[in-house]
Amino acid sequence: MIASLIEGVPHRALALLGALLVALVAAPLVAGDYLLTVLILILYFAYIGQAWNIMMGFAGQLSLGHALYVGLGAYTAASLYVHFGIGPWLGLLVAVPVAALAGAFIGFLAFRFRVAGVYFAILTIAVAEFARVGFDHLSWTSGSSGLFLPVAQFTHNDLWQLRGHPVMFYYILLAAAVLAFIFCRALLQSRVGYFWRAIREDEEAARSAGIDVFHYKMIAVVISAAMTSFAGVIYAFYYNNLFPEQVFHISRSIEIILGPIVGGIGTLFGPILGAVILTGLAETLTAALAAAGIDLPGAKQVFYGICLLLVITTLPDGVWPWVCKRIGLAERNK
Amino acid sequence: MNALLSINGVSKRFRGLVAVDRVSFEVPEGGVFAVIGPNGAGKTTLFNMIAGVFPPDGGSIIFAGERIDGLPPDRICRRGIGRTFQIVRPFPALSVEDNVIVGALLHRKRVGAARAHAHDVLRRLDLYDKRAQRASALTLPDRKRLEVARALASDPKLLLLDEVMAGLRPTEMDRIVAILRELNRETGLTILLIEHVMRAVMALASRILVLHHGAAIAEGLPEQVMRDRAVIDSYLGVEAIA
Amino acid sequence: MPADVYLNVAVGGVLTGLVYGLMALGLSVIFGVVRVVNFAHGEMMTIAMYIAVTLFTAFHLDPLVMLVPIAAVMFAFGYVLQTRLINPFITRPEYSQFLLLVAVAIIIVNLLLIAFGPDAQNVQTSYAYDSFQIGPLIVDATKAYAGLAAIVVAAALFGFFQYTRLGTAIRACADNYTGALVVGLDVKHLYALTFGLGAACVGAAGCMLLLIFDVTPAVGPAYTLLAFVIVITGGLGSMPGALLGGVLIGLTEAMAGLLFTPSAKSMFAFGILVLVLLFRPQGIMGKRTA
Repeated sequence: MIASLIEGVPHRALALLGALLVALVAAPLVAGDYLLTVLILILYFAYIGQAWNIMMGFAGQLSLGHALYVGLGAYTAASLYVHFGIGPWLGLLVAVPVAALAGAFIGFLAFRFRVAGVYFAILTIAVAEFARVGFDHLSWTSGSSGLFLPVAQFTHNDLWQLRGHPVMFYYILLAAAVLAFIFCRALLQSRVGYFWRAIREDEEAARSAGIDVFHYKMIAVVISAAMTSFAGVIYAFYYNNLFPEQVFHISRSIEIILGPIVGGIGTLFGPILGAVILTGLAETLTAALAAAGIDLPGAKQVFYGICLLLVITTLPDGVWPWVCKRIGLAERNK
Repeated sequence: MNALLSINGVSKRFRGLVAVDRVSFEVPEGGVFAVIGPNGAGKTTLFNMIAGVFPPDGGSIIFAGERIDGLPPDRICRRGIGRTFQIVRPFPALSVEDNVIVGALLHRKRVGAARAHAHDVLRRLDLYDKRAQRASALTLPDRKRLEVARALASDPKLLLLDEVMAGLRPTEMDRIVAILRELNRETGLTILLIEHVMRAVMALASRILVLHHGAAIAEGLPEQVMRDRAVIDSYLGVEAIA
Repeated sequence: MPADVYLNVAVGGVLTGLVYGLMALGLSVIFGVVRVVNFAHGEMMTIAMYIAVTLFTAFHLDPLVMLVPIAAVMFAFGYVLQTRLINPFITRPEYSQFLLLVAVAIIIVNLLLIAFGPDAQNVQTSYAYDSFQIGPLIVDATKAYAGLAAIVVAAALFGFFQYTRLGTAIRACADNYTGALVVGLDVKHLYALTFGLGAACVGAAGCMLLLIFDVTPAVGPAYTLLAFVIVITGGLGSMPGALLGGVLIGLTEAMAGLLFTPSAKSMFAFGILVLVLLFRPQGIMGKRTA
């Protein structure tokens, strides 16, 4: 099984991967608090970018409302904790199906009724916005005033309740990102992965090759939504407060897609590289501005916008394929 | 010989234009059946109905003893009908090999088995050496053979070929004709093809149907059809048999 | 609640809807001709609104009076944007163009945020609290003027496309790109012109909308989405459809605000969008394109 996962990968690349992994595991030992939070953000976006990439990069469906699944995951787990004291790992068992169901709903509506391309993107935006306004009025989750998780002073890391030092979250997200990476690699090489790529390339031709397009698109959407909701649960327990205006906002959805697009849609490393570049540079920018005494809300977003613009105009396939060519690694899984 | 595919009184109308008008014929199992006729005669419309792109307005299509008219393209492919497109549609960003693996995966669960089968098919179609190239980088003749390979990989009982010879040089065409004949002879694959290139039709077909303005005007053995007055007047021209 | 309250709110909604319609008209024109989905539409309108606010605050110039100059500025902006940035993308896949404009939208919103801050700004004209009484109807002066201006501009646009040579040329491009090239039309220039016109439309709409609503940088994306809802509901590429859709949405919003909580009114717009996408994706007046 492991053999098939690393088949075709040059030894150089494997060695680099290994070194990277070691570095990441050891990072908290040397990183300061601020750097740690930046790394956490990078891992969060790397993970969530992988999840989004399944829908877009693999199956070719542009979702601009992925914040919906983050929000559903976050609010489900958080409200179960606040109202019933149910820990996050148990809450996951409810949160993931909720998000998966939402994804299935959107997928069913869209694919049954042949809503595709830009129209599909607009549909996803609309549903996320609907949720944003809806949750503003949902009293069970405290509506627009926000849902707050009790944050007691912790003396030790409580993995079960996800209460603890950021380092705990770091390792959870690292594990999640690594597992997501491996999972995506396995998916791409599997029968499902081949069918997804065929659908992405040419839906009609895929259909006449015997592929049940509706079925496989649904699988992509549901897996993507389910994976994303896990990140939502972590989000809730890391930040300890949720506001519909923020969680479901379209800016969140756009942040999710920036990593994979800048890094390289449909590739395995794209989301990771994208997260590193964008979050790394953005935080550097903010830190530099802060150091110069300038506080510009919106500067980070302008930076994101410019990055997106540059990538779309000059490197439409993303940075990773370009890097690959430069360092001579053939990207097999485009 | 049994009829593998049976077309019974099939019609299709597009808003007032009758594209196919009560056409009936049978394709014997193991045979090579050609549909010819001038442009606009309804050949591709007929094909699209068989392949499930749209349903007929009248009549029925029976394949291997079961009705298939109205089924979607993917169900039809799974029943055992593979098709190519008039304007080739390979999966451009995928490699030649991966293109064919997609076809092979239809009836195989494991990618390894699909790859092995894909290699067999690629060898037969003379594309094995190019298996790592991106489909978009291939020449037209190669892309045509790739489409045939992809369709073949799904283990069809009936192969629908839509003007596969168009745009090919004579040597290229002879190559494909040879491959198709070999396939038909060795595996008993039934082939239904639309063609304009009479040379290929005569080399391959055991029976021919001629369509004109959506209706069948002649059907039978090649020698008979070629000498049919109506066929000569409407399509072939006297020089064809001179 | 007495019947005339409903009537007044409805009329107000229709008038506001006319302005929405004008905004959506710009989007429809751009899509109908250049075939680009302008995701930065609302953001462009926000630029116009801020220009109007600045001019009003500094020089007390009424937005309606400044309508033509602001529309001209937006025209130039649209023209340049199309020529420099969007033109190479005509042949790229759909999502590429879409994302390009998403990027432009993000940049615009946040530059505005940096320049003007997040607080709401508005324009208090001398007639801001006036109203007209027509029988049982009480109509806000601002809405009346805005609605009227919208009709005038829309009519001008219709006239341009129907009766001028340039307008006809643009319609030819929309109908048949290759055909237009073959008869020697400078399609690139016409595309840029059209984008400019769409931008001018949205600029004018912004001036009108400013009389009715406040402006913050965040309204940009909200209006973009609204424009999409209207255009999709009315029919992508159909000019009368855009106006019709605008009125429909304006009316729905107003009535929903009255009957339910005001803050939930956008949910209705989205509900309508989902229904339209599912059951009549070509919109009320659109044609089923291939």
